[in-house]
Parts: sequence; structure tokens; C-alpha cells
Amino acid sequence: MKKFIVIITLAVLGFYLGETFYELGFGNARFEHGVKDTYLEKTVSELHVANTVTSIIVNFRGFDTLGEVTVLFLAATALGGILYKKKHHAGDRSVLFPASRIVMSGSKLLFPAVILLGVYIFVHGHLSPGGGFQGGTIVATGFLLMLLAYDDFTVSHHVLSYVESFAGIFFVLFGLAGFCNGGTFLENFMPVGTMNDLFSGGIIPIVYILVGFKVAAELTGLIYTVLHEKD
Amino acid sequence: MDEKIFEIMQFGVYTASILLILIGLYAALTKKSLIKIVIGLSIVDAGIHLLLIAIGYINLGTAPIFSPGYEDAAAKMVDPVPQALVLTAIVIGFAVTAVALSLVIRLYRHHHTLEIDEIKNLKW
Repeated sequence: MKKFIVIITLAVLGFYLGETFYELGFGNARFEHGVKDTYLEKTVSELHVANTVTSIIVNFRGFDTLGEVTVLFLAATALGGILYKKKHHAGDRSVLFPASRIVMSGSKLLFPAVILLGVYIFVHGHLSPGGGFQGGTIVATGFLLMLLAYDDFTVSHHVLSYVESFAGIFFVLFGLAGFCNGGTFLENFMPVGTMNDLFSGGIIPIVYILVGFKVAAELTGLIYTVLHEKD
Repeated sequence: MDEKIFEIMQFGVYTASILLILIGLYAALTKKSLIKIVIGLSIVDAGIHLLLIAIGYINLGTAPIFSPGYEDAAAKMVDPVPQALVLTAIVIGFAVTAVALSLVIRLYRHHHTLEIDEIKNLKW
């Protein structure tokens, strides 16, 4: 009976959603001069950055990125607070059985390559697809691989909290430095170089590198908390 | 030939994302195990992100990245604003899933079961 009501409700919801999007159409440009035209044009002329999505996230709507970094920090803190344990044993893990031989030798080979890939992606966030969030997640995946394969691989939790906190503090300090140079919060006050250069775009690569560090440290700390919660 | 492929793709992308939303909602509403409910919420997230990005597509458009030598190709690029919004949405979806899973771990530690029918403390 309950499943029948759920299916009827979902069918009505799906019908109205489908009708709305069928009328909206797929792939037609709806505005002659929308917001995206200004962003696409200013990215080349003012900022000299090749990746438009990066320039929207860090520069044009940079305050939302600050809010998003705060949401990540709150999630990691909430998770650490909910899974609170009074004592900390060094060797206690919630993994049921040890990893096989293939996983152990393969992850030792893959770990530097994954870290290098993640660092490459968040350093080149303004030149190619990628950026801080994506690269930070890849670095955290590398750490997850090593943590699952080896029992005695530890990452110092204090180093992770320091890296995460300092990256967040420097992000806000860069925003305040925009104030000191006579502009607004998070304004681009450093010189923009030529396009498609590594050092172009003002504060955009620096802010994205800080976001990459913060996301990597945060996700690794989160994985570490969940892995050590067996009491 | 191009027109026909475009017609099929138009229905395909919107249908797939709306189906993902409905499947995820069905799992979140009717399943009895807590982990399946959290997985259902994650599937709803995936469907919504796909739907948001599909709105910003422009016919025969390309990715909004300026390669060297093509700096004036701004007229043929897709909309970059929904992609920036969906990046934020992905991070927030991940944060919600992480906190929900930690609550599931605490519930399991306390009641020693994952079925929501057997967690009866708040029922009358």
C-alpha cells in the first residue's frame, strides 16, 4: 500500500518535471546577451585566464567559494564531533581482514603517481580543466589507497589540522589584502600576466592552490576519523 | 543525420536525469535499511547535478576553455555559470552524505541494528 502511494506520487512528480523541461528545450540559446557573455569576454580581456569556470569560481563569485570552504570545514568538524571517542589507540582499525598481496604492492607503486596527478591538477587549475576541489579530492584518494592497504601507514592528525587551518586562514588573509590595496574583498590585486602562462591571472592560482591543500587535508582527516572509530 | 542524433540526445539527457531523481527518491522513501536510504539521497544528488548542467548546453557548443590561438571563440562556448554552481553543489552533497553516514554509524553503535523498523524509541 505504501509503495503504491509512493509510486503514484513519483509518477506525478516525474510528469511535471518532464513537461517543464520539454518546453524549455535542449541546446537553444535563450538570451541574446546573458551573464555568460560578460564573463566569457572579461575572462580574456581583464583576467588573462584560460579556464572560464575557474575565473567564475575564484574571482567573479569568489565569496561563494569562501562559503563552500566553510561548509566543508563544518562537515569535517561535525563528523569528528559525532564520532567522538575518549581514548585513542594507535593500532585500532575497523578493517575486517588484511589486504592481499596485489593491493599492497600495487598501492606502493601508485601512491606517488596519484599524489603527483592531484598536485598537477590543482596547480594548473586556471589553464586546463580542473582546479582546487578536484585536485584535492585526488590527493585524498591516494591517501585512502595507502590507508586501506597497509595497517601501519599513519598520517599525523595534527599535521593535517594545521595544514587545513592555515590554508583556510590564508584564503581569508588574501581576501583582506584586497582591502589593503584600495579595492574590495577578494579583489584581484596582483599583476595579471599573459594568457596561458603558469603565473597568469593574479591571485587566482594562489587561491586555488590553497583551496586544493585545504580540501586534501580535510578529506584525509575525514577518512582517518572514520577508519579509526572502532571502540 | 545530425538532427536525428540531436533529437534523441535531447530526450536522453533529460530523461536520464529525471529518472535518476525518481529512482533516488524511491530508494529514500521505501527502503528499510539505513545505508540504502543514504545511497538513495546520493543518487538524487547525481540526478540534480546532471539536470543543472544539461540546462546550460548550447547547440554545437564546446567547453569554455580558451586554448592558445583561439581567444575569440567565445560565441561557440556553452554556458559556464551552471558548471560553476554545480561544483559547489557537488561539494555540499558530499558533505551531507558524510555527516549522514556518521549518524548511521552512531545509530548502529547504539541500537546494533540497521533496519529502521526496529529502532522504536521515538514511537508511541
